[in-house]
Amino acid sequence: MLSKYEKELLVTIWDKAADHAEEIGAESLLRMFACFPKTKTYFAHLDISPQSEHLRSHGKKIILAVVEGAKNISTLTTTLAPLSALHAYQLKIHPTNFKLLSHCILVTLACRMKDEFTPVAHAALDKFLSALAAVLAEKYR
Amino acid sequence: MAEKRRGSVADHHVTKLLGSSDTRRHSEQHSGGTMVGWTEAERRAIRYVWEKIEVDVVGPQAVASVLIVYPWTQRYFGAFGNLSSVSAILNNSKVAEHGKTVLNSLGLAVKDLDNIKSTYAKLSEFHSEEVNVDPDNFRLLADCITIVIATKLGSAFSPDVQAVWQKFLDVVVSALSREYH
Repeated sequence: MLSKYEKELLVTIWDKAADHAEEIGAESLLRMFACFPKTKTYFAHLDISPQSEHLRSHGKKIILAVVEGAKNISTLTTTLAPLSALHAYQLKIHPTNFKLLSHCILVTLACRMKDEFTPVAHAALDKFLSALAAVLAEKYR
Repeated sequence: MAEKRRGSVADHHVTKLLGSSDTRRHSEQHSGGTMVGWTEAERRAIRYVWEKIEVDVVGPQAVASVLIVYPWTQRYFGAFGNLSSVSAILNNSKVAEHGKTVLNSLGLAVKDLDNIKSTYAKLSEFHSEEVNVDPDNFRLLADCITIVIATKLGSAFSPDVQAVWQKFLDVVVSALSREYH
């Protein structure tokens, strides 16, 4: 459950993040590949070395989708319906991986926000990314 | 070794649990467990992180975070007094003390990376038998420690450093979960 304050906080955080979507996205993915090497199995067809075009554009796509979700928290299911379908019917990513990327997004944000990454911000972000992951996995079965 | 501190019963208990090394070394050999192999680069990375953090700051913030971000963990802290709001948790001195205790024990593991299982054997028993903690919660605290460290180190906490640090915490969590039966 997200309070009104938390929803507003999330919009503020993700609005700022949108300006750096490519760097944040690429860094989050790099962290995930370094910490959880099995996640690389989903990217065998791409060049995911640091600074690669694939990594940056893919990272940007992910973060911009999260930004969109933050602006539409009350309607996550409808807003992310196309992405739910994509993940269920085409990508078929094992849903435990959402948690791994979420964690790495949190670490990336924590490194950037430093003291602004308060426990309250942490809680709001963690709850939001969990809700987002749940929506992405909604059509799996 | 952890410095002797005047303080809470919990701290004293932990100091006793982390006491004599002789029996622990015996149980390490007796269990014949495979040791985690650490490369030189990994040892350097773990020490690099450790030297950059203030135990008395990171510990309290990490424990406060786990209680705020994952409120069900509060079930184990009934004796800690007021945990009814974010500011109550952030200002709770027992929470802070426990944070320092947790990070100090982590420091023992950092200084003896090849014997983490034995370092944590008695603490594992304690958390299982006395405190009855669901070990899945150790993973949550580990993640909060990592995130608080990220807020302190910033870009110095690179993906590769994070990976090694998390591998280290995985070993600690595994050692803490080991004596459950």
